[in-house]
Amino acid sequence: MAGTAVRGRLTWQTATVGRVTRETASAVTLSLSVPDWPGHRAGQHADIRLTADDGYQAERAYSIASAPGEPLAITVERLDDGEVSPYLTEEARPGDQLEVRGPIGGYFVWEAETGGPLLLAAGGSGVVPLRAILRYRSLVGSSVPVRLLYSSRSWEDVIYSTELDMPAYGVEVIHTLTRSQPPKWHGYARRVDRQMLTEVAWPAADRPLAYVCGPTSFVESVAAGLVGLGYPAGRVKTERFGATGQ
Amino acid sequence: MDENTLDGNAIGGLLAEVFGADMTMAVSTCGSCGAVSVVAELAVYRPGLGTVVRCRSCDSVLMVFVSLHGTTCTDLMGLASLS
Repeated sequence: MAGTAVRGRLTWQTATVGRVTRETASAVTLSLSVPDWPGHRAGQHADIRLTADDGYQAERAYSIASAPGEPLAITVERLDDGEVSPYLTEEARPGDQLEVRGPIGGYFVWEAETGGPLLLAAGGSGVVPLRAILRYRSLVGSSVPVRLLYSSRSWEDVIYSTELDMPAYGVEVIHTLTRSQPPKWHGYARRVDRQMLTEVAWPAADRPLAYVCGPTSFVESVAAGLVGLGYPAGRVKTERFGATGQ
Repeated sequence: MDENTLDGNAIGGLLAEVFGADMTMAVSTCGSCGAVSVVAELAVYRPGLGTVVRCRSCDSVLMVFVSLHGTTCTDLMGLASLS
């Protein structure tokens, strides 16, 4: 039964690259057409596998950027020493084929009935699975209050900046720009710290649910800060991308 | 905690390959200190040749996976339970 996906079993499938959207100088969104894609939940990821001419294979996990019900899309940030992301961000063209398996993960997932209020905290490309959550919340017409605290190096590094500002989203987005800021910037200009969380996060008494995603140091610091503010550890969901923001 | 440390989310695909089902929500018990954690929250190191999963409480090695030529060798000796 070569080439046939057995339902329920995670198998590699051939995906065809559709639209390629440049988000920032280093990040692109690829829409992927997968004939047997079973659908996904908001916050899940997919594994991508590339095979070189000599047979060498490299695979990486990428967060799914699209909402449940939308075609599969991933947003990838380029890592200069990466094995997979330079191809995905610089070389991939519509019609190219690669291998994908998924959807993967059941922990960093938000369902409409899970409720909130939601505090989403993103470091760099950690915003990708949170964007899937925001799109899903919007598509299902959920009225769960949501705040997104989004840490980027500079305004040019902000992924989805136009979309996040859309009033229809109904999302309160609080940016912090850690390395450089545009002229007349009045927002935060430092790494997320306890004081910032105190000002931005829903009070623990509101029984909020937090999703924190990004580089490991960012996630550790924000998660510890939220627990320090009284968030139960079980209400702070974390996903770590390692040192590199992948 | 090492900057390169990942968590159990990152190996959801590998675990599904080995166990045949999503394991990120499975509950693990450390064989050394007894700490209970969902797999998604465990510390994961991927130095290249394989994958090492450690307890966040006592840093003991819970699981090791090494994949070569399409075969994955699995060592779960550090776990008291996984369900």
